Amino acid sequence: MALAVGGSSVGEDTFDSKATAKPSPGFPLERIRRPTSLARHLALHAILIAGSVVMLLPFAWMLSTSLKEPREIFTYPPVWIPSRIAWENYATTVSVMPFGRFYFNSFVVATSVTLLQILTSSLAAFAFARLRFRGRNALFLLYLATLMIPFQVTMIPNFVLMRFLGWYDSYQALILPTAFSALSTFLLRQYFLGIPMDLDEAARMDGASSLRIWWQIIMPLSGPAIAALAVFTFLASWNDFLWPLVITTSLEMRTLPVGISAFQGQYNVQWHLLMAGSVIAMLPVLVIYVIGQKWVVRGVTLTGMGGR
Amino acid sequence: MSRTVVRPITPTSLQDPTMSLPSRKPLSSKDENKTSEDFGELSRAVSETSEVYHRRWWARWRPDQQWEAYLFLLPSFAGFLIFVALPVVAALALSFVRWNLLSPPTFVGTANYAQLLTHDPIFRKALWNTAYFTVTIVPLQLVFGLALAVALNRAIRGVMLYRLIYFMPVVTTIVAVALVFQWMFNRNFGLFSAMIWRLAELTDLPISPPDWLSSTSWAKPAVVILTLWKNTGFTMVIYLAGLQAVPQELYDAAKVDGANAWQRFRRITVPMISPTTFFLLVIQMIGAFQLFSEPYVMTRTQSGPLQATLTIVYYIYQNAFEFGRMGKASAMAWVLFTLIFAFTFIQTRLQRRWVHYEAGE
Repeated sequence: MALAVGGSSVGEDTFDSKATAKPSPGFPLERIRRPTSLARHLALHAILIAGSVVMLLPFAWMLSTSLKEPREIFTYPPVWIPSRIAWENYATTVSVMPFGRFYFNSFVVATSVTLLQILTSSLAAFAFARLRFRGRNALFLLYLATLMIPFQVTMIPNFVLMRFLGWYDSYQALILPTAFSALSTFLLRQYFLGIPMDLDEAARMDGASSLRIWWQIIMPLSGPAIAALAVFTFLASWNDFLWPLVITTSLEMRTLPVGISAFQGQYNVQWHLLMAGSVIAMLPVLVIYVIGQKWVVRGVTLTGMGGR
Repeated sequence: MSRTVVRPITPTSLQDPTMSLPSRKPLSSKDENKTSEDFGELSRAVSETSEVYHRRWWARWRPDQQWEAYLFLLPSFAGFLIFVALPVVAALALSFVRWNLLSPPTFVGTANYAQLLTHDPIFRKALWNTAYFTVTIVPLQLVFGLALAVALNRAIRGVMLYRLIYFMPVVTTIVAVALVFQWMFNRNFGLFSAMIWRLAELTDLPISPPDWLSSTSWAKPAVVILTLWKNTGFTMVIYLAGLQAVPQELYDAAKVDGANAWQRFRRITVPMISPTTFFLLVIQMIGAFQLFSEPYVMTRTQSGPLQATLTIVYYIYQNAFEFGRMGKASAMAWVLFTLIFAFTFIQTRLQRRWVHYEAGE
């Protein structure tokens, strides 16, 4: 469908300057700008297709290697289509490394972090945006100031704290230090500010408590912001590497990225297995991306912090 | 106004009789201007919102909301205190001790910092490498991202598919991707090497692929290539949003005046999206300063020159979790923090010279 939108507007009209589509006010992202000539049009496509090939090449190379027998890996020129599809690489990979466990850990951690972050951030954002209290601006500035602090500064004391609490190599240690976010609080506050205050007032007149206003009015009205934030938080947590690397040690507690890294250490040159592992690690995120592209892009750009 | 009231003469009241707030410190006017300019946007945002509330329904004092608000803040604030605020202070304290986690820490004063800045050639190397990555990755990513955004900000067949493809690497797991690139950069059988061999065959030129990840001169470009591949899609999407906000009338008017495509790009697009460029510049610089996973995964298992891709964060990781030097690692973390803060600050000062904000905004 998305394709048809892009394609039809070119096909229907001739290259007439008067036919230039007007920007539709509701969807600024889809404003139309028209290439001036057929030659330019083709040149543009040539460049874009070449770029797409470059972008897709690593995926293809990964998939191809993951389905090769070892003897076909170390060949020149490289073989793209293996002479026999070696599905057993995947079975071997899963049997030598507990990928199921890595998935489970990553899922538990990313889901918990996302839920906790949205819960704590939305409560705090509600206070900052809708309630009046002494020290509000000062506290808010304090929150903003912590946005500047790189994770690496707090990493070592947090590591020491987790060991002190006896939580080293546990879910608590993986989840709690990343479950609070000044950025999420800030973004939700900005969104909450845009909701008319009359709604709160009307609800208060009807005897609703603040908690009820937060849960039954503000949260439902903030669906898009919360969805985008959830996507972003989940992805960031799913792909996080440094903290899970330092705070876990047993294979049972490793998340997917750290598990792959451990796999790399043990099966250093067995590229067919390593690539099968990479495919296993990347597949769910890619599937989610292709299905929910709109939300993923929105989530990543909302917070502006990239997938790092 | 308050001068008629008899009150003790303090330095504050002498300097500025209108200041009746006791908390106001006697700042020199120069200092004050500086602060209010630098945090101008921030404080404006804060004061604007509070003004709105005052005008609306908040003229009345609501003591019932005082404690309620604190309760709403409590979970988030407690998390903050424990996992952000206290650790920052603790990291500063740790940076003045020597501690391997096993024996009790010993106070060493500023020795960790002194050692880092004067006696540690590896740290200097890590600084240099981080600087290299920053000055290569950030501008290249901006250029490629903008070029892609301009190309894809028009009605061409398959534009959504192109966007889907170019953005795809952004969502992938960096560790898995770095592993793929390590294999692509394999000296003998990697894809990049194969391409170079092929080129040598076709052109008869005496070229041969380098041993990418084991070579002191090629390991860094390999990391740069991976980072560009991974993050350019992100830059593109942010730039696309910026381009959508440029009014079409400007281009139409310029066309009427006979400006060619390059002139329109140079004189309209570039200045109009400079706020986006500034935003991307700042966050990508911060990201480049924190580079870790890419060099860690790509060069860790390589027998080659580990230090050719050693970044500050990588060195922090090694010191803390491989060498057991918690104090030194904390000192480095604080140096990193200071660097990030300083460069972000410099960027916000410099932006006035080149970032174009519309009057209406």
